[in-house]
Amino acid sequence: MKKVLAILLTLALVFSFAACGGTEEEPAAEPALKVGFIYIGVINDGGFTQAHHEGTKAMEEHFAGQVETAYIEGVDDTDIQASKDAALNLIDQGCNVIVGTSYGFMDALDELANSGEYDDTVFLHFSGNKSNETNFENYFGAIEDARYLSGMIAGSMTETNLLGYVAAYPYTEVNIGINAFTLGAQSVNPDVQVKVVYINSWYDPETERAAGDELVAAGCDIIAQHCDTTGPQLAAAEGGAFSIGYNYPNNVAPEAFLTAPIWHHDVYLIDRVQKIMDGTFVPENYYGSMAEGYVDLAPMTDLVPAEVQDMVNAKKEEIVAGTFKPFSGYIEYNDGTVMCEEGQTMTVAEIWQITGLVKGAK
Amino acid sequence: MNFLRLAKRDDLPRKKEWIIRIAAVLLSLVFAGLILLIFGLHPLEIFRTIIEGAVGSEMRIKQTVIKAVPLIITSLGILVAFRMKFWNIGGEGQIMMGAFAASYVALFLPEMPKALTLLAMAVAAMIGGGIWAFIPAIFKAKMGTNETIFTLMMNYVAIKFVTYLQYQAWMDPAAKGFPKIAPFPDRALLPNVFGVHAGWIIAILCVGFVYFFMNYTKKGYEIAVVGESVETARYAGMNINRIIIISMIISGGLCGLAGMIQSAAVEKTLSVGISGGYGFTAIITAWLGRLNAIVVFFVCIIFAMLIQGGAYIQIALNVPSAVADVVQGIILFFVIGSEFFLQYKVLPGQRLQRSRKEAA
Repeated sequence: MKKVLAILLTLALVFSFAACGGTEEEPAAEPALKVGFIYIGVINDGGFTQAHHEGTKAMEEHFAGQVETAYIEGVDDTDIQASKDAALNLIDQGCNVIVGTSYGFMDALDELANSGEYDDTVFLHFSGNKSNETNFENYFGAIEDARYLSGMIAGSMTETNLLGYVAAYPYTEVNIGINAFTLGAQSVNPDVQVKVVYINSWYDPETERAAGDELVAAGCDIIAQHCDTTGPQLAAAEGGAFSIGYNYPNNVAPEAFLTAPIWHHDVYLIDRVQKIMDGTFVPENYYGSMAEGYVDLAPMTDLVPAEVQDMVNAKKEEIVAGTFKPFSGYIEYNDGTVMCEEGQTMTVAEIWQITGLVKGAK
Repeated sequence: MNFLRLAKRDDLPRKKEWIIRIAAVLLSLVFAGLILLIFGLHPLEIFRTIIEGAVGSEMRIKQTVIKAVPLIITSLGILVAFRMKFWNIGGEGQIMMGAFAASYVALFLPEMPKALTLLAMAVAAMIGGGIWAFIPAIFKAKMGTNETIFTLMMNYVAIKFVTYLQYQAWMDPAAKGFPKIAPFPDRALLPNVFGVHAGWIIAILCVGFVYFFMNYTKKGYEIAVVGESVETARYAGMNINRIIIISMIISGGLCGLAGMIQSAAVEKTLSVGISGGYGFTAIITAWLGRLNAIVVFFVCIIFAMLIQGGAYIQIALNVPSAVADVVQGIILFFVIGSEFFLQYKVLPGQRLQRSRKEAA
């Protein structure tokens, strides 16, 4: 037995020498700022987290050495302890800016930002509604505009007049998106119906896929989504339906993929990080627009007929110019109550008071 | 094809026992290191960074303690049941029901002073966890049901129940349709002592209590006797059903208390994620701690270090989160595997055949 132990110890020793042989990299000039990101998914999830991480990389590149970044991936946003741990671990590693990218991280960041212990740290949070006046800012964007455009494509191309929508939670943000998509589809095809499946998770590749399969089986010939991965896209491809992605123009199923409402997070990050470095940062709650390039519709694939593309591009120009807003004119909830009066255009604040789904979606 | 055969060991010298354990740890490090090398990572750097990540700064020590607290208390609960050879796999559910009972006090009972609120929450949590453990215990005592399956199933009932509360009955209307339960009021939050929530004091008190209870009280002795041999206990005139039920109520009560601490100090509300897998990890830590309260305490601290250090290397070295899990998994595999070699010895199979021939 002692002999075995001796061999093992020797092995461990040899091993450690081998391990020490690696090259030690000297860090370059000290970066001015270290930005830490908390991700719900993995950085190559093909959707939500990948879109955020692309923004992170573009921002880091933009500041060429002045800004360092760090991230933690796969943090369960329904687990408050895990969310707080992630933020604290990033702060512990020298991050002066913490960016939470999923709704569920909000309460953890809110608690830390207001605890008094981290007044020198800036907290930026994507989605949700909390912020403070000194070091906690909320950011999001008018993705509903891009969803409206994607709805126009779906409404034009459907043959069954039944569109499928894989949705995360019956939460305001998600319902705004479903409504915008439905209104876009109805604007070109009044008979169209949208069938919604809530999966009660932002990021759950298997369930997302299963919900997509279910919608295809129910007769939907175009599948849109408000969830993080390419699951619904794959379900659409396999079921012979078209797919409209989300977050990131990740065409994993060329025979199905039409387009996707997408985010350009670097637009926001570069601006804010610059302000933080300059010392001029004050939380003001950002709501990015298509005109600023923060939200967009990914380039439409060749599956979308040319005349539909022209129509969508024309509408996009109106949105960018500010002459068209999806939530305007008479809109009714599916229970018959009025969401928007004739002649009214809903403000961002009013849009974020939306409680249910519009007529034609359920 | 009998290459190997196994024989039960009953008289392993202490020294040999420890040699096997140390060999297991070293082997696990070598194997984990090899896998890290395959990933193109420096094993030593990873190991060093895990330790650094667990205790390298005040904040990291705090994080380690925060993870150790629920693990210690839950492990103690599991220990009490395991001593009796009652396989309580229901720690998760008992933590949840404890947290549920504490949340009910925090959110729905009339306003009380802070000390009273916290006391009521702790008592309610122990009752909640205790009841959840009492149910399989009474079935085992009266009808001889299999407690492993029963306690495991009770976890899922608890998870679904809390899911129902979070997504429906207790959903916070202020969250605009997002399924979460309202945060606790300030009076229901556990205060900090030396920068970490007071749960660590409760954990230490629990270690003392369980150690004393198991080693110096009549009930603790009875539990151990039932665990060694039900027949002996019966012959000695012990009321076995009563012992099963009492020890399970203590076991579940401790798990419930862990749930109260998690809800009142960490989550600051009730959520489906509240048990955080501690109910399952505690089975491993209780077992590795040889069902001894003091040893379990230290094993839990080492585990908490692994959890915190694993989270740390993810950021510090930019390795995928899966790598930390792989390292933890390999260490567990070897250490738990070594328990097998402590109980059995492996002999070459041929010798058996030869001896058979000789006998013939």
